[in-house]
Amino acid sequence: MSVTQQALAVGRSFAGARARRHAWFGGLHGADYIWAIAFALPYIAIFLAFVVYPIAFGIWMGSDPALYEQLFSDPRYLTSVLNTLLYVVIGVNVKMFLAFLLSGFFFRKGWWVKGLMVIFILPWATPALPAYMSIHWFLNGQWGMLNNILYELFGFDGPVYLNDRWTGLACNIGAYIWKTLPFWTVILLAGRMAVPQDLYEAAAVDGASRMHKFAHITLPLMANLYLVCVLLDMVFALGDFNSTYFVSGGGPAMSTEVLATLGIRYAFTVALPRLGVATVMSALPVLIPLVIILMRRLRPSEGQL
Amino acid sequence: MSATTEVRRIRSPLFYRLHRYGVEVGCLALGFLIAVWSIIPLYNMWKIALDSHDGIFGGSIWPEDPTLESFRVVVTQDFWYLAQFWHQFGNSFIVGLSVTFLTLAIGSLASFTVGRMRLRNGWMLTNAALMTYVIPASFLAIPIYRIMQIYGLGNHLSSVILALTTFATPYAIFIFSQYGKSIPMELDESARIDGANPLQIYFRIYLPLMAPALVAVGTYALLLAWNEYLYNFLLLSTPQSMTVAVALAQFLNSDESPWNYMMATAIIYALPPIILYYGSRRYMAAGLTMGGVKG
Repeated sequence: MSVTQQALAVGRSFAGARARRHAWFGGLHGADYIWAIAFALPYIAIFLAFVVYPIAFGIWMGSDPALYEQLFSDPRYLTSVLNTLLYVVIGVNVKMFLAFLLSGFFFRKGWWVKGLMVIFILPWATPALPAYMSIHWFLNGQWGMLNNILYELFGFDGPVYLNDRWTGLACNIGAYIWKTLPFWTVILLAGRMAVPQDLYEAAAVDGASRMHKFAHITLPLMANLYLVCVLLDMVFALGDFNSTYFVSGGGPAMSTEVLATLGIRYAFTVALPRLGVATVMSALPVLIPLVIILMRRLRPSEGQL
Repeated sequence: MSATTEVRRIRSPLFYRLHRYGVEVGCLALGFLIAVWSIIPLYNMWKIALDSHDGIFGGSIWPEDPTLESFRVVVTQDFWYLAQFWHQFGNSFIVGLSVTFLTLAIGSLASFTVGRMRLRNGWMLTNAALMTYVIPASFLAIPIYRIMQIYGLGNHLSSVILALTTFATPYAIFIFSQYGKSIPMELDESARIDGANPLQIYFRIYLPLMAPALVAVGTYALLLAWNEYLYNFLLLSTPQSMTVAVALAQFLNSDESPWNYMMATAIIYALPPIILYYGSRRYMAAGLTMGGVKG
């Protein structure tokens, strides 16, 4: 295949993918084919053994309809469904909006903005477990630092945050936002940097104001990335175990559990693994559409900024 | 239009100077808030670790009588939860390095077949990886726990290594296939004309040219394995086989937890990944932009 042909193929992106498949002299033959299979084999093995088999096993474990009857008559389950919804919808959207605003802030130039970025990244660089443990103790009503600060500054006794369902849930969500906000800010910042500067220059020549540039260049070009980030983080938030488990511990009286922690609790604390699997499986009606949309949007050829 | 230019002329230049200062002061205030928000839980960790046992319950914002006693206790394994601390630290290293190695090996081989050799139906492999990436790991924890028992790997480090490799490899394949597109196909072709077999091309051409992506993905896998909690906790239960993450969470089991020891352990556990993260941030950033949106 000549260089020109290849260049054409690249230009045609999708249709080109087929043409470029024959880059190795018209496909694979004989020994090469065996090599190719051998190279792919480790991943195929791992995928079958630790993804396909567990999924099939899980479906089998959670296939009894009686389990779902049991779940839906369980008030703790219904509480955790509501908690999960709040956690995912509020946690992800508030965070992504903040991340979008902050990406604009960190887009500014100047030495101290760069220095601040180094500090701002710390929550993301810290492992989840120690960070959430610290937040748990930070929020302690009696000896926690937050209430100490409130007392020193305003002479005001803060509530016992983790002893109430709603403040507890808010703390879990807040901790999750604290931990993951830097990551998404960096992603959105990269997105902003990828917007070609000449678009702004051309708009400036045409007399566009800041608001115009934002509304007609930044927003439309970032919309797709923003949407992918929201969907991807919804999946991550749906499966997040650490924040709830370590900040509120699911308490008081299991009122702040989310599906991920409730499933594990049923399976390993109460020793009802089938009920645990059913708990997690009940999230599938939400998870499957998300996964399908994401898989379409994240295809390597389209995933670039 | 003319009205606005009129107003502008009257306002400048003092208005604009004040306006600029105002914006700058506002930004500084916002920056201060961001810094406090980011640091305070971490400061809390240090404060408790430096406190004596009484200091924790003193209601002060600063460590009143800072002492390194808690760190001494952790380093010398002088507390019963910490009796095997360094052994567990070693376990964490073994898990981290094994996951890194396996992820790099399996991921680069797979993306070599799909991206360079263009195996027929290779897209199925990419899709399988993508699917694994978007399924929350915690949802598969219960069946994987059972399956590890079936495989006879219960309470063995290799069970965690295999499970975490499974969850780290999709990202590797994603990044490698993105990055691989920047390596010209002509290199492979000329090597083949010279009689190289695919294994030689993989080792002599593909891997050396992929070095930046290997560093990015290697760091990602190492951090993922070191920081992960749920699978470590479920699959490893004895003090001998535990990793540091599980040992650290053990402190939560008892009511009378020595919080200062716990926070000192937490800091020692958190330092290696933080250092690694800052050390490789340049490569990680490159990896992120290469991959578009990836965690």
